[in-house]
Amino acid sequence: MREKPLVDLSQYLPILLFLGVALAISGAFVVLPMIVNRLTGTAKPNPDKLAEYECGFPAFEDSRAQFDVRFYLVAILFIVFDLEAAFLYPWAVSLGGIGLTGWASMMLFLVELGIGFAYAWKKGALDWE
Amino acid sequence: MTEWFQSLIGHGLGWFVATLILILMISLPLMLAVAMVIYGDRKIWAAMALRRGPNVVGPFGVLQSFADGLKVFLQEVIIPSAANKGLFLIAPIITFTVAQLAWAVIPFGKHMVLANINVGLLYILAISSIGVYGIIIAGWASNSKYPFYSAMRAAAQMVSYEVSIGFVLVTVVLWSGTFNLSGIVEAQRAHVFGIINGFGFNPLLFPMAVVFLISAMAETGRAPFDLTEAESELVAGYQTEYSSMVFALYWLGEYANVLLMCALNAVLFWGGWLPPIDWAPLYHIPGIVWLFIKVLAFFFVFSWVKATVPRYRYDQLMRLGWKIFLPLSLFWVFLVSGYLMITRYGV
Repeated sequence: MREKPLVDLSQYLPILLFLGVALAISGAFVVLPMIVNRLTGTAKPNPDKLAEYECGFPAFEDSRAQFDVRFYLVAILFIVFDLEAAFLYPWAVSLGGIGLTGWASMMLFLVELGIGFAYAWKKGALDWE
Repeated sequence: MTEWFQSLIGHGLGWFVATLILILMISLPLMLAVAMVIYGDRKIWAAMALRRGPNVVGPFGVLQSFADGLKVFLQEVIIPSAANKGLFLIAPIITFTVAQLAWAVIPFGKHMVLANINVGLLYILAISSIGVYGIIIAGWASNSKYPFYSAMRAAAQMVSYEVSIGFVLVTVVLWSGTFNLSGIVEAQRAHVFGIINGFGFNPLLFPMAVVFLISAMAETGRAPFDLTEAESELVAGYQTEYSSMVFALYWLGEYANVLLMCALNAVLFWGGWLPPIDWAPLYHIPGIVWLFIKVLAFFFVFSWVKATVPRYRYDQLMRLGWKIFLPLSLFWVFLVSGYLMITRYGV
């Protein structure tokens, strides 16, 4: 009697196949209209049509300009909290097996995170003026 | 079906053909559903504004989406001269591929699931995270101002709400004890008073169901959180430079994601393919019908909210995500795990 493996890899094979099918469908939706364009003669590019969008005049400045640093801050906060959530997942499925010690240590971790969160809040990192 | 094909053309090839058919049985109806749901969305929206909505193409206008599809298919594909051409075309492919791929683990019925993997919920999280790339690459590759700003907004918005979605999912996993979506549905059988199916009917989990529903709207960039394509500020957002079918891929992807979020709402909190009440005669109706009813009900809610709620400001959006949903869901992880420790694991 063989033990049932923890990770049933055969279940992942359909996903790989699905990836191929989904890529093919989306790729076809991008490539086919371009071919149809050429055949029907709707493709008539000219410099004005190919210019980047601006409200009726040539663009003033490069579009890859500076942007608000707060987006960067949000990204950093996201990494902290998403990583935290990633720690919680294995703990959540095995809550029945780890007893009071397991639960209490995770609560301690959550409290530490809560202190960090309160600090970020106090510092104004969560404000968006 | 797999066995039948395997008896016909051999083990490996039979599996391949059967799985391919199963995949197309998810993928093609999904595209059809998206077309019909776009029509439904427009019709609901119109009715709430006392308009008629699409009513010319076909009876009651039901073929409107197909007419639109044919039109965009024949339109010219414009690739701006300043754009990074490769990335510009890859971005919509990523968006639509990812929008389809997440459906691989959604259970449509008791054994109706393409990939019954142990970590279905983690897979959904991973896939929805990749969805951000489709948008941010589109904004960058367009090399135009409005798409770029929109992509920045979209990325910040999606990651902000993904955090609270993550914690909400922890509460569901705590209660069901598994990441497998079929397992989560089974855990909801006779959950409340031994007769009602669904975590959402549990008063302790109901607030999380609400948080998840609102976060799902923000995650998919639907109104009232459609700041990524706020037309008065950003023209059409990250899709500004796109045209033809390449533009339509974003539409398809967006609505496929909305449907996915509706399905997740149904599967995680409202019993998935189980009938709402654990009563034998209701099980005669196939599970997939129950799931469809729930998904369409949630889609109606999405349309309803779109038609009635004014758009948020960006600072309000961020405030809701970081200052309300995040502390609330974090506290709920503590609450639910503590409750389970006392009642279920007897500490």
